[in-house]
Amino acid sequence: MIKLLTATGKLTESLCIHMGLYATTFAGTVKRMGSRPWHMRMLLQQAEEVGVQSLPVVMLTALFTGMVLALQSYIVFHRFAAESLTGLVVSMSLVRELGPVLVGLMVAGRVGASFAAELGTMRVTEQIDALWTLSTDPVRYLIMPRLIAVTLMMPLLVVIADFIGIYGGYAISVHVLDQNPVVYIENTTIYMELEDFYSGLVKAAFFGVLIGIIGCTEGFNCKGGAAGVGTATTRAVVISCMSILVSDYFLTAWMFG
Amino acid sequence: MNGERPRISIRGLSKRFNSNVVLEDVDLDIMPGNSTTVIGMSGTGKSVLIKCILGLLKPDAGEILVDGENWLTLPKNEQLQRMQRIGMLFQGAALFDSLKVWENVSFALLMQNMGKKEAQERAIEVLEWVGLHGVADLMPAELSGGMAKRVGLARTICHKPDIVFFDEPTTGLDPIMSDVINRLIVRLHKGSGTTMLSITHDLKSAAMISDHIALLCHGRIHRKIAASELHSDQDPMLRQFVEGRAQGPINVSHWGQKIEEAIDR
Repeated sequence: MIKLLTATGKLTESLCIHMGLYATTFAGTVKRMGSRPWHMRMLLQQAEEVGVQSLPVVMLTALFTGMVLALQSYIVFHRFAAESLTGLVVSMSLVRELGPVLVGLMVAGRVGASFAAELGTMRVTEQIDALWTLSTDPVRYLIMPRLIAVTLMMPLLVVIADFIGIYGGYAISVHVLDQNPVVYIENTTIYMELEDFYSGLVKAAFFGVLIGIIGCTEGFNCKGGAAGVGTATTRAVVISCMSILVSDYFLTAWMFG
Repeated sequence: MNGERPRISIRGLSKRFNSNVVLEDVDLDIMPGNSTTVIGMSGTGKSVLIKCILGLLKPDAGEILVDGENWLTLPKNEQLQRMQRIGMLFQGAALFDSLKVWENVSFALLMQNMGKKEAQERAIEVLEWVGLHGVADLMPAELSGGMAKRVGLARTICHKPDIVFFDEPTTGLDPIMSDVINRLIVRLHKGSGTTMLSITHDLKSAAMISDHIALLCHGRIHRKIAASELHSDQDPMLRQFVEGRAQGPINVSHWGQKIEEAIDR
């Protein structure tokens, strides 16, 4: 019993410490955004790494998700002769939910891990200390551009993923399941409102903040050499993915509840 | 000291990590233009001392005065501004992997908005000063250990700091490369009159680059002597360290004692 209580206490303590670290890192980074220097070169470099280099994995994920969604929806709707709703279900699911969540998970795996590993390596090789001694604020130079880049790039990636996913659903419905293309497009667009699209983008930006803060904080506060970098990277990916899934529920409840 | 104010004055500095007391009431003065080396066993807190002075670690107690100004009470942005006067050579050089050699060397200048061309020219000039030619466009991963250390030294002095810190400047280098680094440090000290604080357990290096040597032992500065007295001073702890004996007044920690006992058996 005492062991169980000790373990629970340690887990709670660790959770509180990490939540505190994320909150202070976020607050410190946002505070710095109000003044120069903004390190625009670093920001553009990070935007390219987060946005452009994530495109292949995001496009592939979206394409196959749209295709599978079309297949599954068609099979279910066929049971009560409502196949024409396939387009609507594919587009609504992607735009409101699957687009931001799946892109978030892919970016958390690719970018969150890269942030944690890169900053973690810089920490254990004293490169972050070196920045300070060269009169450069490490949070401003390393974390701020990464956080801005991932927050701005996530909605853009989600827009691309939405279109690719909807096209994947269209391709399967029209070319494999022989649905009427005009009816498919009409049903896809007629019921969709701008709010559905925006809500996905708000979620994407929020997930971007989570990925950026968790990845950077884990790397920045990494301890213990190569093993520490490995642990920080794993933690960054796991915590980012969990946070995306949990916060998705609360965001959905807040926006549509 | 002719009433001259120390450039760096450390008063009652203490630092502990959980229950492990690393520094306890450390006092140390370094006069302008002086080169002081802190020697001591591994794990005695030499690096912690430098990190506390630089603001990389927050001490539990004490004050660090640089030209009479307590750096520990300054806000972060003012501490950063003061860093423009500081140069630091890290043990592993700590070069930025993603930047070219010349960008590493002139990093501080680029951050102070110096033009790219001018910064590159200054970097090449300093690289030549440390004996490196044609490496400006290489990446740090393409350098040998000795070259990386010299690039680190070039980065340390490129922005012409008043005070330079060296963390184990010759550790991990072969004797010839160690001599090269030591000579460069002496040349820098004599040429520019820069105030220096080094930490090392390489006694040859300490004797060569310093005016004064301080022994850090059991969390305190146990003894400070002129570098020329290193081999003649009769302090028992200093003698034990200089002669490299396991037996003596320096308590080689709990597990260290056990190793010693095992060897004796």
